[in-house]
Amino acid sequence: MLSLTVFLPLAAALVLSARRGLPDAAVRWLWVAVSGAELGLVAVLWATYDGPGIGHETDRPWIPGAGAGYHIGVDGLSLPLLALTATVFLACAVYSLRGRHARHGIRRFAALFLALETTCLGLFAALDLILFFLFFDLSIVGMYLVIAGWGHGEQAARSALKFFLYTFVGSLALLLGFIGLYTASDPHTFDITELAADPPLEGGGAAGPLVLLAIAVGLAVKTPTFPFHTWLPPAHTDAPAAGSAVLAAVLLKMGTYGFVRIAMPILPEDWRAHAMVFVAVGVVSVLYGALVALAQSDFKRMVAYTSVNHMGYILLALGAAGMVADADEAARSTAVTGAVVQMVSHGLITGALFLLAGVLMERGGTYEMDAWGGLAGPMPRFAALTAVAAFAGLGLPGFSGFVAEFQIFAGSLGAVPVATALALLGILVTAGLFLWALHRLLLGARREPRPVGADLRPAELLSVAPLLALSLLIGVLPRWLLDTVEPAARTVVDLVSR
Amino acid sequence: MHKEPLALLPEILLLLGAVAALLAGSFLPRRRQWAARAGAAAALAASLAAAVVLAPGDDRTVYAGTYALDGATDAVRVIVPAAALTVLALASGRVRGDRRETEFCVLVLLGSLGAVLLAGASDLLLLAVAYLLASIPLYALAGWGRDARGAEAALKLYLLGVLLGITMLLGTAVLYGLGGATDYAALADGLPGAPRAALAVGTVALLAGPLFKAGAVPAHFWVPDAASGATVPAAAFLTTVPKIGALVALYRVLTVLPEQVLQWRVLLAVLAVATMTLGNLAAFAQRDPLRLLGYSTVSQAGYLLMAVAVAGRAEALRSLLLYLAAYAVTNLGAFAVAAALPTSRTLEAYRGLGRRRPLLAAALTVCLLGLVGTPPTAVFMGKLTVFSATWDGGMAWLAVVAAVNTVASLFYYLRWIAPVLSIRGPGRPPQDAGPSGGNGRRREAAAVAAEPGRWAAGTAVAAASVTLVLGAGAGWGLGALSDALVR
Repeated sequence: MLSLTVFLPLAAALVLSARRGLPDAAVRWLWVAVSGAELGLVAVLWATYDGPGIGHETDRPWIPGAGAGYHIGVDGLSLPLLALTATVFLACAVYSLRGRHARHGIRRFAALFLALETTCLGLFAALDLILFFLFFDLSIVGMYLVIAGWGHGEQAARSALKFFLYTFVGSLALLLGFIGLYTASDPHTFDITELAADPPLEGGGAAGPLVLLAIAVGLAVKTPTFPFHTWLPPAHTDAPAAGSAVLAAVLLKMGTYGFVRIAMPILPEDWRAHAMVFVAVGVVSVLYGALVALAQSDFKRMVAYTSVNHMGYILLALGAAGMVADADEAARSTAVTGAVVQMVSHGLITGALFLLAGVLMERGGTYEMDAWGGLAGPMPRFAALTAVAAFAGLGLPGFSGFVAEFQIFAGSLGAVPVATALALLGILVTAGLFLWALHRLLLGARREPRPVGADLRPAELLSVAPLLALSLLIGVLPRWLLDTVEPAARTVVDLVSR
Repeated sequence: MHKEPLALLPEILLLLGAVAALLAGSFLPRRRQWAARAGAAAALAASLAAAVVLAPGDDRTVYAGTYALDGATDAVRVIVPAAALTVLALASGRVRGDRRETEFCVLVLLGSLGAVLLAGASDLLLLAVAYLLASIPLYALAGWGRDARGAEAALKLYLLGVLLGITMLLGTAVLYGLGGATDYAALADGLPGAPRAALAVGTVALLAGPLFKAGAVPAHFWVPDAASGATVPAAAFLTTVPKIGALVALYRVLTVLPEQVLQWRVLLAVLAVATMTLGNLAAFAQRDPLRLLGYSTVSQAGYLLMAVAVAGRAEALRSLLLYLAAYAVTNLGAFAVAAALPTSRTLEAYRGLGRRRPLLAAALTVCLLGLVGTPPTAVFMGKLTVFSATWDGGMAWLAVVAAVNTVASLFYYLRWIAPVLSIRGPGRPPQDAGPSGGNGRRREAAAVAAEPGRWAAGTAVAAASVTLVLGAGAGWGLGALSDALVR
């Protein structure tokens, strides 16, 4: 069942790339249908998951000689991210329905996106390091093709290359770390659950910190955190709207998910010893991301930098969860729960913001906020959704961002009070920059680079609005999500404090 | 003394195939020479089949301990004919109807035989003979196209090969003097008492031969010239098949040396680092895809040498064999793409290939990303196992250096992939981009381009598929390999 969920989009992608004669409309609807079916499958997986622990598990030998297996399963950490992946990909598929002027190569675009969906779902379901690495690398290749092939702007190929090189270098550091874990384990294995049950590299020595360093660098590049974030703004600026949405909403989560899934449970001793490093990196990312975002005049670049800011909160919480001496278990578990909810929340809100940025680009050909003004008049629906997304992004109560960030701060305050206080300033800056952006785009005298024509078309509305509605739902009724996440977060905290 | 001619059936089939093809080629009219080629392919297939049938047999040495029949030989006896068959397939379009069609096939068969013997030799003298058998046909193969660049490649290969061959014989003589024997079993007993300096001289001199065949630093100078100067199918053979035999030969001979007297692991690790680094750095500046591929094969030899540096330790042999198989199919796939587009001699000429020939572009992308070591291709599995074995063998630093090198290699492979996949930008017809040759030759080449295209393109797609299948089925592959080594 889980394997079907993971590989169904790939099968659809193969069908799409093999059938050359399909009319564009059929391609679009097939894409939407498969993405919808995926969301349905994930929903069924969630409904039939009887936690805590790992459900829907498949464990087959794959390369027994090398200690790697085809081991997949879901738990409270991966289910929300699987659901997020399916939701965001469905939103992208719906978004592409608008196609008034025929998109160049829609068939390949859809095939690529479906293949990318498989890599994302596979990564979040993987319980084997090699499987994780396989999907990690394939997602890089897929996103490279999306940016290089369908990006706009003169620099698209260059940005794509930068993205590829950065994240690929990160992935090799990751691979080295994995091999380090493999050789240190006894018997040699790449299985995440086995490694977590019996962590190798315990008891001091130089290998543990080095392996953690390799894994952390690999994941931090992908997340990205300061100082590894420089690939992110150009990649986002030049990627197509749907590509940006997926990159920010799903691919960035691979990094933070890796911390929760791999680094913390398998290297608990070293995580505890170096937790302060992660807290510091998190806080710097929060402040740096927020301040640089404030300075942007390009709407999409601004949203990209707020991603650095939001990912910083996650790292802060995960670092705080490693400060075993300074906080009780409940607080640390709250912090981890907040981090996971933040992953989902950021995915929904930033996905929506990037799709809205795509609307701007399509109507006016530019993301420059100074080129726009008074959009609330001609495009009320666009204005309303942008405003909602911006308020959600700044962490207004009632939206998912508030639930997440509140838990992160509540959980981290006891362990790292100074860092948490500094990170709170980030919220202030983010609030300011979002409001200022709204002010420039929506209010004031009407300015537009070229006549904008109609308001949001149905496809655009139907892709963005559900994402924000979900964010609102989590903000108002978070229990259904928290009930799944909390047990898994407690498990992670237990594993770290061993 | 065990005399078991039947145990050598795969080797004998290769030899008989070569003789039969040579005789047939002498009498057949030029238009019918394809029959000799079919015969050669049949011989390769029969040799492969015989190797598979004989593989479950006992691990032992035959003919007075001079030839080892064990896991390593079994694997090479499968990989080499399979690679040679691939070369024949991708060469089909190019050699058909050529006046030297049969010669090509005979040389491929003899070169394959030499590679297999290199891998199986368990005696220094047999190693020397195998070296000659693996080298001499290749000199001719490099110059098979009879053009100026081919002649240069052949001459360079010949001079270097002869020089290092003599060095190797010198090493053989020194080791014979020190150990009192030439077969590995007796050498392993005789060498530990040898003086260190003499042993070092003998070892280094002996290694020159296999390193030359493997295309490793410092004997790599022939590789880029052979890759770009020889005809593409010959280049594919030259950079793939001898490596397979040479690396197994290196592995075999190094396990004989007494580690307590001579720190050969450090020597091999340094050679591995130098090979992968030099290959990568030199590949950066290349504009000719074939020269780029040539340097890429040098860097791949560096990764392969890592497994040799930890020879005898856990999983080293199996990871080496898996990497060799993966490397062979992936490298041949990349060369097959080049063979399918004989007129594209610059990276720029590949611009827009993804639009004109999507399947071929996909195959090239898979093969090049495979050479980088992207999952789920076969080379990734090879790299993974080799890195793990190296780390496990106590050389974690070497694995780190190799990972850094892998990152560096990404730059030049991407320089080739990027124009292939570029969707926008003017797709210049490849005929305008050929840097070499006069106008007349270019037009002639364009005329035959259609035909080499079909077979080579098919081979490329097949090789790319195999590299994916082998990657996914690496578990099965590793299971089928045996790490038994006898002497």
